[in-house]
Amino acid sequence: MKREMTGAEMVLQALKDQGVKHVFGYPGGAVLPIYDEIIQQDDIEHVLVRHEQGAGHAAEGYARSTGKPGVVLVTSGPGATNMVTALTDALLDSIPLVCITGQVPTHLIGSDAFQECDTVGITRPCTKHNWLVKRIEDLPRILHEAFYVATTGRPGPVVIDVPKDIQFATGIYEPPTNIAHKSYRPKVKGDIEAIRHAVELLARAKKPILYTGGGVVNSGPAATQLLRELVQLTGAPITSTLMGLGAYPASGKQWLGMLGMHGTYEANMAMHDCDVMICIGARFDDRITGRLDAFSPKSFKVHIDIDPSSINKTVKVDIPIIGDVAHVLEDMVRLWRTGGHKLDAAGLKGWWEQIDRWRVRNSLAYRPSDDIIMPQYAIQRLYEATKGRKTFVSTEVGQHQMWAAQFFGFEAPNRWLTSGGLGTMGYGLPAAIGAQVAHPDALCIDIAGDASILMNIQEMSTAVQFGLPVKVFILNNQYMGMVRQWQQLLHGNRLSHSYMDSLPDFVKLAEAFGGHGIIVDKPGDLDGAIQEMIETPKPVIFDCRVANLANCFPMIPSGKAHNEMLLPDEANDEAVAKAIGAAGKALV
Amino acid sequence: MNAQNLNAPSAYFMAEVVEPVESHTLSVLVDNEPGVLARVIGLFSGRGYNIDSLTVSETEHEKHLSRITIVTTGTPMVIEQIHHQLERLVPVHRVTNLTVEARRRNFEKPLERELALIKVAGIGEKRLEALRLADAFRATVIDATAEHFVFEITGRTNKVEQFIAILKPLGLVEVSRSGVAALQRGPEGI
Repeated sequence: MKREMTGAEMVLQALKDQGVKHVFGYPGGAVLPIYDEIIQQDDIEHVLVRHEQGAGHAAEGYARSTGKPGVVLVTSGPGATNMVTALTDALLDSIPLVCITGQVPTHLIGSDAFQECDTVGITRPCTKHNWLVKRIEDLPRILHEAFYVATTGRPGPVVIDVPKDIQFATGIYEPPTNIAHKSYRPKVKGDIEAIRHAVELLARAKKPILYTGGGVVNSGPAATQLLRELVQLTGAPITSTLMGLGAYPASGKQWLGMLGMHGTYEANMAMHDCDVMICIGARFDDRITGRLDAFSPKSFKVHIDIDPSSINKTVKVDIPIIGDVAHVLEDMVRLWRTGGHKLDAAGLKGWWEQIDRWRVRNSLAYRPSDDIIMPQYAIQRLYEATKGRKTFVSTEVGQHQMWAAQFFGFEAPNRWLTSGGLGTMGYGLPAAIGAQVAHPDALCIDIAGDASILMNIQEMSTAVQFGLPVKVFILNNQYMGMVRQWQQLLHGNRLSHSYMDSLPDFVKLAEAFGGHGIIVDKPGDLDGAIQEMIETPKPVIFDCRVANLANCFPMIPSGKAHNEMLLPDEANDEAVAKAIGAAGKALV
Repeated sequence: MNAQNLNAPSAYFMAEVVEPVESHTLSVLVDNEPGVLARVIGLFSGRGYNIDSLTVSETEHEKHLSRITIVTTGTPMVIEQIHHQLERLVPVHRVTNLTVEARRRNFEKPLERELALIKVAGIGEKRLEALRLADAFRATVIDATAEHFVFEITGRTNKVEQFIAILKPLGLVEVSRSGVAALQRGPEGI
């Protein structure tokens, strides 16, 4: 209802009206009026982090695990600049975030005041949109608009910069309305003729593949349900990007595993050799395509995406369909049925036989050991121990992230929280905290590396304060494993600064924070220790000492095509040394 | 674009497929709010697109709408990207590729005009020659002393470029240009 109130009250009222239950933040001079409102109400719980970046990633984990927007509240200057990494991360992975930043009073803007920075200027390229509120009259509209922009279309982060005098000023609050935005109107329904064309193409295909991404998860539960239906109807194999894991169950018969740089042999070979590719909510990222001009050379490509700028960005497609995944899939499934299309098992027989031959290559194989824990084995045991539980897995960035993606089977969407686009080390622990806040009874595990975890380790303190029993499962090889792997591939095995000489004692570290620490270095002790971790009702740091020099395979070396993968059994020293030529070295 | 390289022995011995770059004129209707121009320019610099000319002014005062006219160069794929990236900006109402629209209607180009103010200083024969050229190019004198002229010229970019080049040896001092303003031919708006 319309009512006179202060700007700070409006912020809290708008959050309530938008259905917000949790805010992640850190106070400071320029947001004190809002914090003064927070303590005088009970509807919204504030989670106090230890670093603003942690608030951002926690909100991302919250958003990704619930499908609702994550909300962050930080102060001006360093509070805002510390958010930049999290905002960029959310932009690249299309995570809805609403970030409210304090700003110095309007009359001080531009004077280099204490804790002043050009927040809207700094965050312009790393947000979907941002606003500096200069008049109290604009505040309610901007607050509601921010939620609308963040959550609709291709989701993303937004920033509302609120000067301190605006927080104190009084004005008339207006609740959210359904008036159409004057310029921002995302299209959700796909062009029906294009969809019909795509369905016919798929029905005639002899070697089809469905290539799915985070857009399916973002589109919501209906999209994942319809995807499963489409897979069943068409009999086509399905693969997914890192961001889309869980949209289709890993136990499904038609599942090929993840594709891309560290994807399975069968997924990448099927992408290379297919005749019809249906890309659903993915964006042909360079980690997926490998060498662009040799990417799936013989296929008709259909691209379903809600963002028109994703179409033809790197890969030219034959049939673009702009719309929301759930809406488009609904039409596809309906047209498949009404069009009298049937699953052509005989026609697809040859394709599935070929896929089975690729599967036999067993591209995720590794040499097991009785003496040392192989990192892949650790993930497999962790996965087995968590089956049947409501489990959310976040990761940091590096080898452990890829092993988690390869060996942890995801059966449901929104359970896998990882920094895909930006590749942010330090993402996992706060993201697990965010997921735990949203799902207090679930098991929230951050699969981490020994290097990444130290980037936001301070958030252990947050977990302890708020009784959030997150589990940090560190694959500790004392290296920045992925950096070392690339140095071996590209830089003559000169391991420049990728070795961690003096890691902390993680058990003592956990105890110092008020959590529980576990260390294991024998494969035989792993299962018992994992059980102990799961059953401990408080934050745990699990120091899993793994084979120091294990590398992550299979791998498409930079500059190579999908059918030029480096497989684990072929990856001897010589093959590794020759894997990437001079031109490939310049790529990332 | 893939087919011709299927038989290449290696990734590094392939014929590079180079698409020719084209010049396109885009008309972008935006809310005239603080920072909107920064968003557009930041998009171009951040993604490595070219801006050959940029003109902006509020064109519908009561609705606070500005029209930004951008001349850019790129391959057809890049031009398509620029178009969609601009549309993605929240305060952008509409993006029209005037060059594509003109071709669709069988015109070579949309209507494009630029205004330039050109200062020339000199005495004697050079001064007279400058004045004669101004007349030939239909430029007008808007300021003058015994030692200088300021010419105003309006026309297509080529014409303005040519006029400036021709004045160079005749005592050209400085130039200020408006950038390109453009509209579609015919009775309809964008």
